[in-house]
Amino acid sequence: MKNTFIGTPMERREDLRFLRGRGEYVDDVAMPGLLYAVILRSSVAHGRLVSIDASKALRLPGVHAVITAADMAGGSEGGPPIVPMRLQPLPQFKPFEQPVIAHDKVRYVGEPMAVVLATSAAIGEDALDLIAVEIEELPAVADWQTAARNESILFDKQGTNRSLVFEARKGDADAAFADAPYIRRERLRTGRHYGLTMEPRGVMATWDDAKGKLTVYGAAKVPFFNRRILSAQIGLPVEQIEMIENDVGGGYGARGEFYPEDFLIPFAARHVKRPVKWIEDRRENLMTMNHARQEECDLEVACTRDGVILAIRGEVHTDMGAYMRTNGAVGARNVCQFMAGPYRVPHVKIDSALWMTNKTPVGTYRGPGRFEANFFFERMLDIIAADLGIDRIALRKKNLITSAEQPYPVAHVQPTDAKDQYDSGDYGAVLDRALKEIDWPKVSKLQGKRIDGKYHGIGVVCFVEGGAAGPKETARLAVNDDGTITVYLGTSSVGQGVETIFAQIAADALEVPVDRIRHVHHGSTAYVSDGYGAYHSRSTVMGGSALLDAAKNFMTALREAAAARLGCAPADVTLDVDHLKGGGKSVALEDFAGLTAEGVFLNHKHTYSYGSHVAHITVDPKLGRIEIVDYVVVQDVGRAVNPLTLRGQVIGSLVQGLGGAVLEDLKYDENGQFLTGSLADYLLPTATDFPNLRCFVLEDHPSPINPLGAKGAGEGGIIAAGGCMANAVANALQSFGAEPRELPLSPTYIWELVQAGQRKAAE
Amino acid sequence: MSTNFEVNGKKVSVEAEPRTTLADCLRHELRLTGTHVGCEHGVCGACTVLVNGEAVRSCLMLAVQAEGSQVTTVEGLSNDDDLTPLQKSFRKHHALQCGFCTPGFITTAHALLTEEPDCDADRVRDVLSGNICRCTGYIGIVEAVLDARQHYKDQAGRK
Repeated sequence: MKNTFIGTPMERREDLRFLRGRGEYVDDVAMPGLLYAVILRSSVAHGRLVSIDASKALRLPGVHAVITAADMAGGSEGGPPIVPMRLQPLPQFKPFEQPVIAHDKVRYVGEPMAVVLATSAAIGEDALDLIAVEIEELPAVADWQTAARNESILFDKQGTNRSLVFEARKGDADAAFADAPYIRRERLRTGRHYGLTMEPRGVMATWDDAKGKLTVYGAAKVPFFNRRILSAQIGLPVEQIEMIENDVGGGYGARGEFYPEDFLIPFAARHVKRPVKWIEDRRENLMTMNHARQEECDLEVACTRDGVILAIRGEVHTDMGAYMRTNGAVGARNVCQFMAGPYRVPHVKIDSALWMTNKTPVGTYRGPGRFEANFFFERMLDIIAADLGIDRIALRKKNLITSAEQPYPVAHVQPTDAKDQYDSGDYGAVLDRALKEIDWPKVSKLQGKRIDGKYHGIGVVCFVEGGAAGPKETARLAVNDDGTITVYLGTSSVGQGVETIFAQIAADALEVPVDRIRHVHHGSTAYVSDGYGAYHSRSTVMGGSALLDAAKNFMTALREAAAARLGCAPADVTLDVDHLKGGGKSVALEDFAGLTAEGVFLNHKHTYSYGSHVAHITVDPKLGRIEIVDYVVVQDVGRAVNPLTLRGQVIGSLVQGLGGAVLEDLKYDENGQFLTGSLADYLLPTATDFPNLRCFVLEDHPSPINPLGAKGAGEGGIIAAGGCMANAVANALQSFGAEPRELPLSPTYIWELVQAGQRKAAE
Repeated sequence: MSTNFEVNGKKVSVEAEPRTTLADCLRHELRLTGTHVGCEHGVCGACTVLVNGEAVRSCLMLAVQAEGSQVTTVEGLSNDDDLTPLQKSFRKHHALQCGFCTPGFITTAHALLTEEPDCDADRVRDVLSGNICRCTGYIGIVEAVLDARQHYKDQAGRK
């Protein structure tokens, strides 16, 4: 029997519990003797923390303890422990990392200052009002330009608000610019977004004093790494810490990174020797979960007069917020490394500066740096095409990397020594397909046309999406007592459907019906020897490839064990549903209950899926309102394990991207006060906003660097949405000479573009 | 204080502080954790339950206000044997990913289709726009609700 579960749009096994309200998210876990943690957060953006007096709060009935920095040591200078960086952990970043609780200064609104433990969350919240805090306010740094003046300094000893400059280099850009016949320079910027998860963050910890063991519920994304951080901070060996992944209500890069609370709650449980649970509310989530995106660039592109790109050069400035968090540097790194996207650019020189400001710290959000880069560069291409009088599609085709040029090297980034290359693909083919699906000959006639008071515009962009971050992933298979098989993975679920996908891969590899795969367990630290988690669109590729290796080892072990019983050679043993056969005899699989084998996949190369977005929109010039008439995404993913869930990834990430393109923006005033603390202020897409979206998934160019041929594909929808929408708006409002240079494309901003165009025409 | 109401067809009596929301009461007192709390300010719709058949945000209602009411949660719209036609339709159209917002969509869609089994796509989008999903982009959810209409029409026809 040769299975073909891979490639089949299978309905998800996770759905059976989620649809009936039987998922178990961390707040659903009950625990006797539980105390609830509520966190006192700074309402001041920048200041010296003079004193905290919790004596009144401690007298409130039901309050068990109030924990502050005074209760803990562990940092390098005797202060509270520091949260180290997970990705790009450069020594330059060390002084800017976040303490788990404020001790000398507060640096953003929302920074934890004290933890109240009470018999209910309501009593804990009552107690917050009884804690007296004295903060000596300092001038706030509310944007990168203020940071760059270095007048008010966040980290006194550093003397600068700039934590680093990434340098992306390829060829000799300055020389190419010196001889260039045409140069265009623009300043562009993106808004501040975040990977808002519908389930707020939560942590529950229990401490077993007799065994000296800590159990942490609510782990997500990278539990093994977070266990190592916690182990070092709290002074317990990793074997004495178990991280449990419950159902996870969304990730998007933001959830599951190590946050201050991931130390504070386990510490509290051990401190009071009682189970402690903390579930954040939405306001906390908006002001404490990693922010992302807010980047500004000053970009120059050099071309020949007929549109061959010669070089790019420029600066990017990222508003990092108050601390360098675990993966905070990824966006600023990616934006300079991948500025050129799928285009052939021989010379690159981009400096990407990271500025510390008094805002919530930055981390990754789906398509980190790539969303921004795509907006910056695709905007430039349309501006250049118009300037040079070249058709913008012809301009793109002229510069897209061809399959013959693969693998194609991208810019080299220092000081992380990041070298990378695209793996495979025909970028022009997906663009052609997208134009065909949108019916280009027909819709292209509508460009800039005014019909019923609305202007029609078409946006066309291309993208690449990186995936499959190494270095390693682990999988294990085991025979259950009833002769079914369980799969264990070192990667995690953030809601993407990995239980279904890994069951498909395992069933194909073992050549058994998919229902023989009883359970797929993932994330928790007890299942496999090591794990790397769910980020950089890596779960399917890395976990799936590890699973293929585990299946090979599992079958070898099974054949050897069965051969002894069957009296035949191991090579002659075959697995037939729930029996092992060989030498004319048969033995039940359940006889080998407990047999288990692990497998790994090691990989230092990245996959690059790629595609095109084409949007047909209308713009109401009076209201500044955008409507999508039709939106097509074509993405080549190498190999789609489950086309149903893959389509969900593409459309879902597209709508997130459209949110960032049109609606979402985290706002602060000049004092660093957070202005968007509710879902009535931070606008998310709803069902009425973007109804007409279509996606097409291709498998024409499998990845050459993993046995599945799959490419990471969870971010392609989001990466190109900002660039595509901005180009569509420019195309619609061409009669006003409108060139959007920032996101989001809010009604106010579009109205201003129209007004500016009308003023210019009147002059 | 003591509050008496019906949940999923069963009479319950709970001791809840006046400030306790219906959502917290359902989740923490009655252990019906299928109802999820996503924003606590009435925007996201994850906590939607049916009160006397109407879709209500249980984070904006106090438990004591449920006195004498009939409350139905996602658990009450489910059974052990099989998925319901609405749930099957959600599964078929991949109308959920992380599952956190899903109970709110199921209760909202059930209330809509019970009242208006003939509703069109615009009406479905309009009603569902009170619930936020961050994973799916809504396309699958709208398809799923439209596809489940026939079952509710059949049900209405039988009555």
